[in-house]
Amino acid sequence: MAAGIKDKVAILGMGCSRFGERWNDNAEDLMIEAYVEALADAGIEKSSIDAAWFGTGIEEEHVGKSAVPLSMALRLPNIPVTRVENYCASGSEAFRGAVYAVASGACDIALALGVEKLKDTGYGGLPQRNRGSVNDLFWANASAPGSFAQLASAYSAKHGVNKDDMKRAMAHISVKSHDNGSRNPKAHLRNKINEEKVMNAPMIAEPLGLFDCCGVSDGSACAIVTTPEIAKSLGKKDLVTVKAMQLSASNGTEAQHNSWDGSHFVTTRAAANRAYKEAGISKPRDQISLFEVHDCFSITEFVTMEDLFISEEGNAVNDVMNGFYDADGKIPCQIDGGLKCFGHPIGASGLRMIYEMYLQMQGRAGERQRQDEPVFGMTHNLGGFPHQNVCSITIVGKEGA
Amino acid sequence: MEVGILAYGGYIPQSRLQRSEIANAHTWFNPGLKGLAKGERAMANWDEDSVTMAVEAARDCLTELDREQISAVYMASTSFPFMDRQNAGIVADALNLNSSLQTLDFASSQRAGSAGLATALQVAKGGSGPILYTTAEKRSTKAASPLELTSGDGAAAFLVGQGKVIARLLGSHTEAVDFVDHFRGEGEAYDYSWEERWIRDEGYLKIVPAAVEALLSKSGVAAEDITTFCFPVAARGVAAMLAKKIGLPESAVADNLQANCGETGTAHSMVMLAHALENSKPGDKILVASFGQGSDALLFEVTEEIKSLPPRKGVSGYLARRYAETNYNKFLAFHDLINLERGIRAETDKKTGLTTLYRNKGMTQAMIGGKCSKCGTAQFPKSNMCVNENCGEIGTQEDYSFAERISKVNSFTADRLTYSPDPPAYYGMIQFEEGGRLMSDFTDISPETDIKVGMPMRMMFRVKDYDNKRGFRRYFWKATPADASNKGE
Repeated sequence: MAAGIKDKVAILGMGCSRFGERWNDNAEDLMIEAYVEALADAGIEKSSIDAAWFGTGIEEEHVGKSAVPLSMALRLPNIPVTRVENYCASGSEAFRGAVYAVASGACDIALALGVEKLKDTGYGGLPQRNRGSVNDLFWANASAPGSFAQLASAYSAKHGVNKDDMKRAMAHISVKSHDNGSRNPKAHLRNKINEEKVMNAPMIAEPLGLFDCCGVSDGSACAIVTTPEIAKSLGKKDLVTVKAMQLSASNGTEAQHNSWDGSHFVTTRAAANRAYKEAGISKPRDQISLFEVHDCFSITEFVTMEDLFISEEGNAVNDVMNGFYDADGKIPCQIDGGLKCFGHPIGASGLRMIYEMYLQMQGRAGERQRQDEPVFGMTHNLGGFPHQNVCSITIVGKEGA
Repeated sequence: MEVGILAYGGYIPQSRLQRSEIANAHTWFNPGLKGLAKGERAMANWDEDSVTMAVEAARDCLTELDREQISAVYMASTSFPFMDRQNAGIVADALNLNSSLQTLDFASSQRAGSAGLATALQVAKGGSGPILYTTAEKRSTKAASPLELTSGDGAAAFLVGQGKVIARLLGSHTEAVDFVDHFRGEGEAYDYSWEERWIRDEGYLKIVPAAVEALLSKSGVAAEDITTFCFPVAARGVAAMLAKKIGLPESAVADNLQANCGETGTAHSMVMLAHALENSKPGDKILVASFGQGSDALLFEVTEEIKSLPPRKGVSGYLARRYAETNYNKFLAFHDLINLERGIRAETDKKTGLTTLYRNKGMTQAMIGGKCSKCGTAQFPKSNMCVNENCGEIGTQEDYSFAERISKVNSFTADRLTYSPDPPAYYGMIQFEEGGRLMSDFTDISPETDIKVGMPMRMMFRVKDYDNKRGFRRYFWKATPADASNKGE
């Protein structure tokens, strides 16, 4: 097996725009906001950046195709810029491109930036759009909530968990994330909610109510990466390095073969196994300090707790209800408020998650700073549908951990 | 050699709009509608049209019968979804029939339904393979028109030919009279009708007896020997008046299904014939007469073979598969009779690439998937690499039809976010018993349906999307609870 990415690349600087309904800003304005913070944090000049990766999902709603929009927005000096799109993992994919470029020795310093400007559709929720000329002939008329909602029916049937217990555990997840988001000045939704409010909210796609769904917002996040040696030469201490970057894409088994029961993510399990191995983590429940998962819907976060091998299969309800994942629990999940409170500007989300892990590792997370010193922080993106998707997992941590 | 009907099938949509709800909405304007406010009318779902209903009736007709020998597919309707694209051809495709086939549409008259059958019987005398004859109607009617109350949506199908006929043709006769009781001109959406009393006295009561009497005289059957008289017109008492005038036994007058279905337009004489066959016994003589610019009259005698016809749902089975719809606004919305705010999500362009469709026609219209000749794994859609992770063989996929297979629900939801003409949109992962699965739209989920993981589902041919910008529509198969549609079996 390949040696992997562990400790080969360090984060030099990061930035993140305020997420929200940025009615008066174009995607370019959001990009610059994230970039300015990242560049200042890195303490370098623009001219030191050797290459850039640009992550965005639904480009037809804002910047259009190619990497040119990033290069133009940041006035990059004609360096290589690559646009990546891989559903909701687009931001993490941009990061992976930059990290691999540095690890390969092709670049000393590389930039990854993700952005999405979703609030120009005229309605709530993700843009309704076509799925491809052949897919449109036979794909179900499925929205994102409707696709993910089905995890609940399959999970309940498999594990014999009754609907009410599921719904309450899902509600706890959303309440927890709103608590966390209320302490984050960059989050879109900063109000606290309670379980009753979640349970009684209007139904979006059964059993997901309004508060089981993450917000939709505009936002951008940016990372600048380099080798640990260069980072140190630039005066950086207590480096946060990349421990693992894994991606797993569905191959049609879940969608077309009867071996999948619909209650979990095949890709997440595959990516998690490889990521832990790459990071040298053998007991994730004991070793992961913090994590951000792709809580596009409460049910996604719920089953992901098991697919990342933190909760035992069939036991997520107990862990969730016991507060294991709360900000003051054993392993806080979405300590920044998650997609739930940040919304999900597709290209930005993966980098926004890494940004929080980076801040927490450095003790810079302000009011929501985890007091037990974090060692390993994990992020997870899940793009597509439970039956055909991409999953990306990134683990960052203290250098040498 | 004698010709006749080899098999029959019927289809009535599940929703039954309560006529009292229509009347309640409109008696302020036309108090006369109160007289039509009894009972219920069959109401097609938003994703049904005359082609999809014809397909269901045909599937019912072909229950446990061989499709290989079918030599022609005819369809009659005055509400065809396509003016230029053969509708019978879509039916044939959905039934996965081979292309060595004669296909033909019959249209433009309330008599098309019976004329199509008469023609099919004539052709069958030539000794070709069995002919599949279908007829369906989803009539467009103006709000508050009497026709809106008396009409219903539905379909019938017959396999016609020689050999083991369940009903032999004793004779047929047509009177062609250009009597214009109503018409629908080019580019018009709705019928324009003349006074009912004139239609009854000068139309029904003069033209139909002429056709029936000529038929009886030709076939040498006495009027009093008729067991069942199918006359499709909704107007009250007309069939009984005709029977009296012609000398048919009063008991022969068949139920015109006005109470629980409504008049299914040009298909209705055939829906009534299918219904009559369901309730018949060998030796029965069934007389069918229609009305529309003249009258067709056909006479059948039921044979012993009817006892060996495999059981089917028939009109009765589908009448029993019923949900009482009390929301007239839904009917108005389905028929675009109100300017509903559908939201920006409804604006998505539903353009179909005709090249894309033709290339994938087997997948979309016949629901053909693949089966690996090496490992036996079935998959949908068919692709040239086996989905079985332990196989993955290339080029081993053989055509494998999913349309008639039963599946079970693996997961599901009711989605209120995505645009659907009838929210919430129900869909879920269905898993076929013999292998293969699909994230599938569900259809005909009524408020009384309690969907559960593990629930058996069957596929139905439906409209997938309407492209209103270009007047096209694409079809695909959707899952519906199997139990609810099996009542007639």
